[in-house]
Amino acid sequence: MWFRRLLSAFALLVPLILVAIAVFLVSYAWPALRFNRFDFLLHDIWNIGNQYAAPIRQRGATIMPGARFGIFFLVVGTLASALIGLLIAFPLGLGAALFLSEAVPRRLGHLVSFFVELLAAIPSVVFGLWGIVFLVPLLSHHVYPVLADTLYFLPFFRRPTGSGYGLLTSGLILSLMIVPFIAATLRDALQSQSHAMREAGISLGATRFEVATRILLPGQKVALAGATMLAFGRALGETMAVLMVSGNALNYLPQNIYSPISTMAAFIVAQLDSALADPTGMAVRSLAEIAVLLLLISLLVNGIARVMIGTLKEHAL
Amino acid sequence: MIATRFWIRWRRFKSALGWTLSGAAFLALAVAMLQILFYVFAKGFTSLSLKLFTENTVGVGGGLKNAILGTLLLSGVAMILSALVGIAAGLYLSEYGEGRLGSITRFLSDVLVGVPSIVLGFVGYVTLTVWLRWRFSLAAGAITLAVLMLPYIVRSTELALRRIASGIRESAYALGCRDHQVVFKVLLKAAAPGIGTGILLALAISAGETAPLLYTAGWSNYGWSGRLIHEPVAYLTYVIWSFIGEPFHSAHALAYAAAFLITALILLINLVARLLIAMSPHGNR
Repeated sequence: MWFRRLLSAFALLVPLILVAIAVFLVSYAWPALRFNRFDFLLHDIWNIGNQYAAPIRQRGATIMPGARFGIFFLVVGTLASALIGLLIAFPLGLGAALFLSEAVPRRLGHLVSFFVELLAAIPSVVFGLWGIVFLVPLLSHHVYPVLADTLYFLPFFRRPTGSGYGLLTSGLILSLMIVPFIAATLRDALQSQSHAMREAGISLGATRFEVATRILLPGQKVALAGATMLAFGRALGETMAVLMVSGNALNYLPQNIYSPISTMAAFIVAQLDSALADPTGMAVRSLAEIAVLLLLISLLVNGIARVMIGTLKEHAL
Repeated sequence: MIATRFWIRWRRFKSALGWTLSGAAFLALAVAMLQILFYVFAKGFTSLSLKLFTENTVGVGGGLKNAILGTLLLSGVAMILSALVGIAAGLYLSEYGEGRLGSITRFLSDVLVGVPSIVLGFVGYVTLTVWLRWRFSLAAGAITLAVLMLPYIVRSTELALRRIASGIRESAYALGCRDHQVVFKVLLKAAAPGIGTGILLALAISAGETAPLLYTAGWSNYGWSGRLIHEPVAYLTYVIWSFIGEPFHSAHALAYAAAFLITALILLINLVARLLIAMSPHGNR
């Protein structure tokens, strides 16, 4: 019995760590939560105040004069970049999974999908490096001007196309980072289905593509939705790559799809140094409030996704 | 009759179009992957030199010895911490985890996987660096990374153990084994390749992380002197992020070299992990 107790103590550590993270974060952010109120989500001005003046009292907190913490622009940037990433990644992941599972011989399929799934193993910061030195120049010089001129009738695609650092670039990089989750989960789900289903479909005269899309795919809707949800969660919390290609917009709402943005996760890294300069500490505590919000979103998204797909498959890690 | 023939042709056309589109989706991913690898390796290869491995970073020049050793140290310590806790927790989940504690732990560890790494880094900064006054240090960085790796190891250990047929457990108990004997003499040996694969994949993830380390490990131009706290540690991913923004050729060269080294290391770990699972008798892939 002692052995089981010992192991259960270790197992208990996992929930305890999550609870400790939440408790520390919320208690650290508490002064900011009380000071910022709903202003936090609804306004798009982040200003740590006049650092050369004397601190003042306002709404029961000590702050630097003029300090105001609103992150509406970050909420917009985070949601928009993650949605664009998902919009690109979903068809790519779906198509690649169908192709690798149903059109390619199985042995080759395993090998090739291992290669594509390695996209998930590449560090975020390497994606960022590739984005800065390869993708941004390519997009801003050759792709965005053409895109803007062909899609001029769509409101968000018009010029100016900007520097290449911005919303669409972030979305593109995010899509490459999350597509393996969708592709791998769906491919596993498709391959786990019995051959009898495929044979039955073929014997009814369906083409292989019809078998894949009308017989195999409908059974995997839940797995697909769960994987997509997980991928969306990843995109919302992604930090380094977005930090490097987003343009780090401050107090600025995107005007079109090429506009510079910033996301909640990237903003924490970008602003922590200057927030530490605030002697009242309210700026760092407001950053902690962003972290609380990110934690809350990730708990929600992952909780829903896990309930949807039930127990975790090895690949979805 | 003509209508039917047309109908069949139309369906064949749609199918061919569908395969073309899904093949194109796959091709786009493969090209992107090849492009990234080619870019990182081509740029990195020309920046490689012996100096990288023998000298510490000086300003934005010099070598990467401090960063290479720092990355190995941070990830290595984190792996040991995380593997100890993770294997024990995974054992509990697979062998005795049918109750409420088991299902709560399983669910929350799946949720912990999805917590953004920057949130872990910020909490590490607030608690370890500031509250415990460890400042930027090996201990703060490694513990933050260990938390990041933990859920991966817990779940892969559980899955590896669950693949062992229950008859093996029953035979061990029938021979008079106690709980700990069953675990150490039978289960862990049989599940070792699966557990090892999980640990390696978690190691690859932690080696490539930047966000959790920025405000816990800091950065240092010197090699590690053996102190767990109060001494910042260098690591490769910091070089990539920070030096690519500097306007100097030597800084860019170091960033490319660091990207090459970390990507090569991670691909190698992934390959070894795959081979391990492919060669194991219980592996099903």
